Amino acid sequence: MDKPAAPATADGWEPKIVAFFCNWCTYLAADLAGTSRMKYAPNTRVIRVMCSGRVDPQFVLEALAHGADGVLIGGCHPGDCHYQSGNYKALRRFRLLKRMLLAFGIEDERVRLEWISAAEADKLRDVVNEMVAQVKALGPARLGTPPEDWAVGLEEEADEEVEGVTV
Amino acid sequence: MPDKPKVAFYWCASCGGCEEAVVDLAEKILDVVAAVDIVFWPVALDFKKSDVEAMEDGSILASFVNGAIRTTEQEEMALLLRRKSKVLVAFGSCAHLGGIPALANLWDREAIFDTAYRTTASTVNPEGTLPQVSLAHNGDRVHLPGFYNTVRALDQVTEVDYYIPGCAPTPNIIAGAVETLLGGDLPPAGTVLTPDIALCEDCPRLDTKPQELTIERFRRPHEVIADEGTCLLAQGLLCMGPATRSGCGHLCINGNMPCTGCFGPTSKVRDQGAKYLSAIASMLGFEDEAAIDRALDGIPDPVGTFYRYGLAGSLLRRRKMTPVDA
Repeated sequence: MDKPAAPATADGWEPKIVAFFCNWCTYLAADLAGTSRMKYAPNTRVIRVMCSGRVDPQFVLEALAHGADGVLIGGCHPGDCHYQSGNYKALRRFRLLKRMLLAFGIEDERVRLEWISAAEADKLRDVVNEMVAQVKALGPARLGTPPEDWAVGLEEEADEEVEGVTV
Repeated sequence: MPDKPKVAFYWCASCGGCEEAVVDLAEKILDVVAAVDIVFWPVALDFKKSDVEAMEDGSILASFVNGAIRTTEQEEMALLLRRKSKVLVAFGSCAHLGGIPALANLWDREAIFDTAYRTTASTVNPEGTLPQVSLAHNGDRVHLPGFYNTVRALDQVTEVDYYIPGCAPTPNIIAGAVETLLGGDLPPAGTVLTPDIALCEDCPRLDTKPQELTIERFRRPHEVIADEGTCLLAQGLLCMGPATRSGCGHLCINGNMPCTGCFGPTSKVRDQGAKYLSAIASMLGFEDEAAIDRALDGIPDPVGTFYRYGLAGSLLRRRKMTPVDA
């Protein structure tokens, strides 16, 4: 019945996905998936927000900068927002954020927006499983520049002294 | 005059505009010179690094360091001045948040060297020589600064006490900051020495900013003759006012140009670019994806626009060098 979650990579690394789910639709879908005893990849850390329109792009960057390998935003289908238009606001921000993240070298699959209603537990399961598999295939995100990356290239340079170059 | 407090100025990866800004104090600089001893200012005075090294630790009241940190030499000087100074001030956008030089964080060291020393049409370098930190020359060994992969803001290298933002800081901001520092009643460490409100809040065009601002098309400054009295955002121009700290005196707005964000964010904002992205995307007047995307085509360079002065100090700090289709 349930598709198995993607297998762990050889070194045991598992992606961390931060998931922002809206209180009225996607969070209830996750709830339904739980009470229906559906099995899906355990890699998401769910944060409940009142509306997908509450997801400030800063939240997404903060998650990525602090070690998340992917971010999933779940909201109500267009036309179904509890607050009329919060999901449209989320969509507009998401479309622009995606453009910016590509320019930051962040792969398309790492940040995703999905409309999942309270009844769509199966969609939630499939989206999470698919996203975990995709992010697993990409490997760790390693964003936010760990300090050791600041000096890349300098150490080797210091070792290799060039002889006889005329200035 | 042994009792006058000592101050130092230094520049790292910067254009020289911040030094110019100090000179732009005009006659006010005489008040500064009367109140302090300038013990180090390579662009204007002939003191050497060894003079600074000879000083006692903490003997300089305040060092004003402008420019981002790109090389090992800049890092070394920043650490030296930190050690010798009671107060270290990040002066200008580059020291504050990385500034224009930090836009190079969209590339890495290898890509920058490749462009600068190999592939540009004006480069003649048949042996493909790249900058080295050490080389033999006529029997001597020459040492040059190393070039880091990533540009950093000053506070990513050492502890910074205060920030004077701006590209370049305006004379009133500098004079105010110097007065604060000399006054002795010091604000908490980490303070940005300007008002902590968004530029929009005291913008002379605030009254013309609609309550529900809706943008249908983004325009770049060369595509429109902007009305001189109306909110620039309302005219579709990407004005960074909503996410940028005030205090500059609205120089760009008064010149009928949109704010580009050089004062950085207010203390309530964690990431200037993301906050601005959030603000303008919300203003977009469309609900279907195709129309949204068409409108967003009017922002050809989101990182360069949203992080023009703040990439190093942003949450992501630099581009990850993965090949993706942007």
